[in-house]
Parts: sequence; structure tokens; C-alpha cells
Amino acid sequence: MTTAQDANVFEPTVYRVASIVREFEDVVTLTLHPEGVQRPAFTPGQFNMLYTFGVGEAAISICGEDEDQRGFVHTVRQVGAVSQALASVSEGDAIGLRGPFGKGWPLSEAERGDIVFVAGGLGLAPLRPAIEHVLRHRSRYRRVTLLFGTRNPRTILYAKDIERWRRQADINGVVTVDHADAGWRGSVGAVPALIAGAPFDPRSTVAMVCGPEVMMRFTVASLLDAGLPAERIHLSMERNMKCAIGLCGRCQYGHDFICKDGPVMRYDRLANRFSVREI
Amino acid sequence: MNTLEARLRAHPLFADLGEAMIRQIAACARDRHFDAGQYLFRAGGPADEFFLVREGRIGLEAHAPGGAAILFSTLGAGEIIGASWLVPPHRWMFDARASVSTQTICVDAVCLRNQFETDHELGYALMARFLPAFVKRLHATRIQLFDLYGGQAR
Repeated sequence: MTTAQDANVFEPTVYRVASIVREFEDVVTLTLHPEGVQRPAFTPGQFNMLYTFGVGEAAISICGEDEDQRGFVHTVRQVGAVSQALASVSEGDAIGLRGPFGKGWPLSEAERGDIVFVAGGLGLAPLRPAIEHVLRHRSRYRRVTLLFGTRNPRTILYAKDIERWRRQADINGVVTVDHADAGWRGSVGAVPALIAGAPFDPRSTVAMVCGPEVMMRFTVASLLDAGLPAERIHLSMERNMKCAIGLCGRCQYGHDFICKDGPVMRYDRLANRFSVREI
Repeated sequence: MNTLEARLRAHPLFADLGEAMIRQIAACARDRHFDAGQYLFRAGGPADEFFLVREGRIGLEAHAPGGAAILFSTLGAGEIIGASWLVPPHRWMFDARASVSTQTICVDAVCLRNQFETDHELGYALMARFLPAFVKRLHATRIQLFDLYGGQAR
């Protein structure tokens, strides 16, 4: 059996929607199975281009694989025409898929040290396969912390997974929300504020951060304040993409293309661009 | 150094404070435990104490008229609860309630304010520690005002 990767890079492979989980009103998680080919391997942090026929294509991070490792799992929020179409599919529908593309999380570099995952909102999706990797190879890592910020307790993505990660993998998982009713027993406040109290040794920690850029900016500031060197802070960047292989320039970010030089990028390599509004 | 003094020094806010000043604060302080759900103070009440959290978590709440309480911040070990004791009219703006079983050091603010009047060095030393903590809190609140987590398609 050939793999989907053997195809022309611009030609989407047909995948079928195997299952749909509606996480929230505007967020779905889709499991996609390839038709007639084997699913290609992927690195946590990479993305696929998902194509809804007749509507268009969008870059969506891979948030995992299903149990039999047959398909890709993607979580999508409706924010535009393509993501709206993706969020409206039914089981059995055909979706075009190109990928995986891009550079993933530095999981090998993080071995033998502490890891801090910091996620905001749907930013937990690209981190999910990295956390699952750590769970499968728990003895290679020391203390593992997940700091996850979301709007309110009703928008906690992958709540069951977070509980499982805490229970099975000795992961220190802290969920914080912007506001809650008085019954909430967890943390309330912005996720960067949790970093000062998180248990990690800044001399041997790798931080992996994913969320909206404004959240990542404040998170980076808190990580630097905590003593983490810029070269051990890794961010997953997001820009609109078209070709996904560094040809078209749609996702150009200074001298980098997010699609091929990212989406996961080391902070020290983009620090001088990170606060530039125009890019 | 008695144990309360040792516990005061163990709090990050006072870690580098001189022994004499620790003794002065300890003279105004006592240990207080709060069960989960127990209020430390309620909005409108006299702000005549503040609290140093040793263990646990405190939630700050506001009530909309006729509505349920809104939890807008939680503070944990190493943090200070209460700023209104520093500025007139010394009344609490919000409710503070223990989210979980919480151990604090409660400081009598009237006692401390009186000491500030006669011992300006103590007043300066403490203000130099409170102000960064409150500015940090202000920054955190401003960050919280952004809709930090919306917008991505991912």
C-alpha cells in the first residue's frame, strides 16, 4: 500500500470523516481516515492542509491520531469559510488532505529535563500529541507541567484528556479561566500569571507554548522572568497558508515561512520580530 | 525567632526583611485557617486586616446586583490578599473566600498602620514590597482583560 505522502504535494488525498466530536458550539474534533492509502507518519506540532471541496483549504494542526493509528485527528474552530465548512461536515463526507507539513515540537531536546507546556484556548490542540508522546515515554522526562488558560469552565478543551494526563502520567496540569461562577474550585486569572508558581528548574527546562499571539507574548515575558533562556522557549506560530511548502510567501514572517520554518519556532530566532505589528 | 516570625520570613514578601521588622510585623500578626467556602472578608466591610497565603487558594468574588457571584481572580501560596487596608476609606471592594482549605497569616492592619506613622523605615520597607506585588497584580488583571484565547482556527 502506498502512503498518502507519495502523491504530488499539491494534490490532496481523499480522507473520509470517520467521527465527529462537537467540543463546543463552534469547535469540532474530526477523525479522518485515508481512502485507499496508508496515513503518513507525523511529528507532534505539524499541520495538514484540509480541503473542503468547492470551498477551499486551510492549515489545521494535527492534534493526534486515533487509537488504531489509522487516521488523523484535527480540532477546528469556525472562524472563516473553510473552517465553517469543516465544522459542518457529516460522518462519511470526503475531505481533501495534504500533509503533514512543517517543523514540530522539540521533544528529543527536552529529554532528561523538565517540560512546561503552556496552552491558551485552542492552542492546546497542537500540544496534545506532544503531551501524548510524553505520556508514552514518561521516564525520559522529569517534571512535566501543563498550564492551560481558557475563557471559562465551559470551554475547557479535552477536559477528560487533561484529567487522564494528570492521573496516568504524573503531569502537573493547571487549568485557569478568565472568570467563573463561585462554584469553580480551580484557578482564575491569565495563564502567564501561573508561570511564576510552576514547578520547573529553569536551567533544564524546555517550554512549548501555543495559543493566540498576544497570549504567547505575555507568556514568553513570564518565562524569561522565571529564568528560562530564550533558546529553550518554543512557540507554535499561526499565519494564513496556501502552498504549505515555502513557495508562495503567503505565510511569510520576516525572513521565515511559517509553513516550512515553523510552525514551531524557537523564540530567540524570532524575538526581534515578535512585537512588530506589521508582520 | 518564634515560629510565627519564622513563618512570616518564609513568605516571599518578607524573605529579605530584617529581624527587627519581622518582629514588629509579628506583633500585629496571627495564624488563621479557613475551610473551603469560608469568607475571609466581604465587600463593604472594614479593611482592617490583610492575609499572607501560606497554603491553599483564595478566590476574589464580585456580586452583580441580584445575580450570582463572579469569581474573577484566585491567589495562592506566597501571595497577599487585600489591598484596601492601605488606602482610605479602608473598606473591602470585593469578597474573598477560601476555594480550598487555606492556611494564612492574618496581619492586623490597624496595628501595622499605627506602626507606619511612628516608624517610617518600616513603612517604607513594607511599601517597597507591597507595591511590586500590587503592580504585578495590576498587570495580570490587564492581561486578563484581553480576550487572550479567542480567534484561532487551528
